Amino acid sequence: MTVPSFVQIRRPDREPKKTIELQIDGKAVKVPEGTTILTACRTLGIEIPTLCYLETLRPVNVCRVCMVEVEGSRVLVPSCSRQVEAGMVVRTGNDRVNHTRKMVLEMLASSVDLSTTPGMDELLEEYDCKPERYGPPAPPAAAGVRDAAVCGHHTPPNPDFAATVAQPPMVDNDLYIRDYAKCVLCYKCVEACGVDHQNTFAIAVAGRGFDARISTELAVELPDSACVYCGNCIAVCPTGALMAKREFDMRSDGSWDEEKQKATDTICPYCGVGCTLTLHVQGNEIVKATSPLDNGVTLGNLCIKGRFGWRFVQRNAES
Amino acid sequence: MEETDVVFLWGSNARAAHPIWFHHLLKGIHNGAKLYVMDPRRTESAQWADVWLGLNVGSDIALSNTMAREIIHAGLVHEEFVSNATSGYEDYKASVESYTLDVGERLTGVPADVIRDAAHVFAKADRAMICWTLGITEHHDAADNVLALINLCLLTGHVGRWGCGCNPLRGQNNVQGGGDMGAIPNKYPGFQEITDGVTRLRFEKHWKTKLQPNAGLNLTQMLKAMEAGSLKALFVIGENPAQSDADGHHVEGLLEGLDHLVVQEIVMTKTASLAHVVLPAAATWCEGEGTVTNSERRVQRCRKASEPPEGAKDELWIIAEIAKRLGHDWGHPTAEEVWNEFRKVAADFAGGMSYKRLEELGGIQWPCPDESHPGTTFLHARLWEKRKKRGPAAPFTVVRHEGPVEMPNEEYPLLLTTGRRLESYNTGVQTAGYDSPLHWGEMVDISPEDAARLGIADNEEVRVTSRRGSVVAPAHIDSTLRAGLVFMTLHFPDDVATNLLTIDVSDPKSGTAEFKACAVRVERAFANVLASSNHS
Repeated sequence: MTVPSFVQIRRPDREPKKTIELQIDGKAVKVPEGTTILTACRTLGIEIPTLCYLETLRPVNVCRVCMVEVEGSRVLVPSCSRQVEAGMVVRTGNDRVNHTRKMVLEMLASSVDLSTTPGMDELLEEYDCKPERYGPPAPPAAAGVRDAAVCGHHTPPNPDFAATVAQPPMVDNDLYIRDYAKCVLCYKCVEACGVDHQNTFAIAVAGRGFDARISTELAVELPDSACVYCGNCIAVCPTGALMAKREFDMRSDGSWDEEKQKATDTICPYCGVGCTLTLHVQGNEIVKATSPLDNGVTLGNLCIKGRFGWRFVQRNAES
Repeated sequence: MEETDVVFLWGSNARAAHPIWFHHLLKGIHNGAKLYVMDPRRTESAQWADVWLGLNVGSDIALSNTMAREIIHAGLVHEEFVSNATSGYEDYKASVESYTLDVGERLTGVPADVIRDAAHVFAKADRAMICWTLGITEHHDAADNVLALINLCLLTGHVGRWGCGCNPLRGQNNVQGGGDMGAIPNKYPGFQEITDGVTRLRFEKHWKTKLQPNAGLNLTQMLKAMEAGSLKALFVIGENPAQSDADGHHVEGLLEGLDHLVVQEIVMTKTASLAHVVLPAAATWCEGEGTVTNSERRVQRCRKASEPPEGAKDELWIIAEIAKRLGHDWGHPTAEEVWNEFRKVAADFAGGMSYKRLEELGGIQWPCPDESHPGTTFLHARLWEKRKKRGPAAPFTVVRHEGPVEMPNEEYPLLLTTGRRLESYNTGVQTAGYDSPLHWGEMVDISPEDAARLGIADNEEVRVTSRRGSVVAPAHIDSTLRAGLVFMTLHFPDDVATNLLTIDVSDPKSGTAEFKACAVRVERAFANVLASSNHS
């Protein structure tokens, strides 16, 4: 991701950073102090898959997909958060690394619906994943069952099925839906709702182990929660578990077609902050609004008006 | 903002009105900045503050002057900056002398030691800034309120440096750009003076036409001119004065009395419904091309994402066609051609902002005089330069506390103040179109103390009456309000026309109306009906 210079404007008296030299997959590379291994890899053109990492969020190290080997380290390290050190020797694609990624991806694919995760099919193929070897997926839980799980209460696993987080989507308002059958627990939504961006703290991870799930306080419906419908959680969700209602409805009736959509950047028509709005238009209808992650004003965030408040220009299109 | 040490958020509920700007403020808070919020209401912004100064509505100048006196008496003035870069300090110093902490406490309702603390923290900070919105400007002494805050920044040298300064947060996506382009009655494009003969000659030469030499009228002056019968025709573009202006009954009458009213709009507003001619326009922000300027003076591109409804025309096309019918054939210039003309007539201001560079840099902050200029992150840095490069001194301005024009009395014992809520916008023309779980409709926010005294239950319909009008809406008992204060918005004017209540007095300097303060009476709307039905 290229970050425009204005994002990096810092107070003028700041000292420039030291340069660190290290070796990645046999190639020497120099990067500024504080750079992560992941970023250093990207400067070399080495692609490392991630699920829970995003440029605009602080790393939380939970998905374990970006693990790499660092010489001298007993265990693999998460490249998204580990900072480079002078003389570090990093290997990103040996058998040990690939085996770990395969296992992580297989277990996710066996338990979570990854059908709307961009790039996931290719990734599963690249790592030769066979999630079906864990057995046929267990039938979906009824609505509310996973939210009612109590810490410390366990039922013995059924060896005939692969355990899943399958459950019906939660549709409790007109703006966005939560389909936790697609949730990989990457924490991005929690971080975006929390200190990294929105600071509303409407959601958190509840429960432990396989019962862990994203929840509002006391699992109340969104309209009864602290949610302010900025949709900044939707913006960071990597799997489509969080989705604007309009997209969800269009996908449900089969009319959602990204190949027919054109994305155009303009400026939000509301307050004077000047948030860049990327309008996704299909058949002359705005079907979604996002903001670019590398925009210095928004960092990909919007408020309820920017993300949802543009219906006034197309009341005809929907009626 | 993210790297400052102290922020005074004054008369602004940015958490609701500028949510993404508030993200940057929150980053500053997480980085250790202290936040002081000056607001009569303990808003969702104030809930993030280290200290909330819940001042009386309209006592901003008193608070600012009291802080200034305290800073002066405590020896915390930035002497070097004041002597090098400002003028009028001695008069200013004398003018604030009577605003002792005790006087300040009496006028503002803020405890003296809290005022003292805020003044000291602000003055001692390495970097500090004051950010404000309509809580400062929607008063009959709007300009004086702004000047009072500027005085504080000058006194402490918190201007023209990284992480410092005076920041008005613009309420609309192009209110800054409108000014930039000369859509204000006394300026040409790039804030050049209409009344300056040399400038006028230059524009006459460029536009090949004679220009009238006087400043035009601002909105409030236009309303007065309509009243006097000297203004008989009005062309309104994308504004809804029938519902957005104070004392709504009065404004509607004036609009109806015009010989000719033309409204160019994207939807059928209340104002459009009064017009003799409605010109259906494309929504330029997504159905046309152009630029807008945000609060940080960043000029950014608007682009066409979808086609306008059938019959709606591009706004530039409409204006060029009107010009043609008035005898001037401008052809049909593109938005970029218009912008390039602007760059030519306001070269010092925008000469370097080609569409190409705006694309490449993700917008540019003015001034940007040439194509090698990176734009200007903050203004007034010249005040810190050596004498020769410093330019004219920044003047202190003497301002005095007046308070709202209308204060509560026995008949109208409460003070109504107005503002925005997160999910809505102005008169609701745009935000009425989407479904939101936060759309609760208009409510009368009232303190628990007043509700108890008046026997009002939460969600009960109440009647709010001012000297000018009366409306009915559900009460919302709100513990963020102090006794004596009620709060409403302008968001649902078709259901609750709050502007029937507001007072038609405005600031003679800026033309802004006093939306923030008028005296009202609140009573249970159907108490009598219920009482009589119980007896039958």
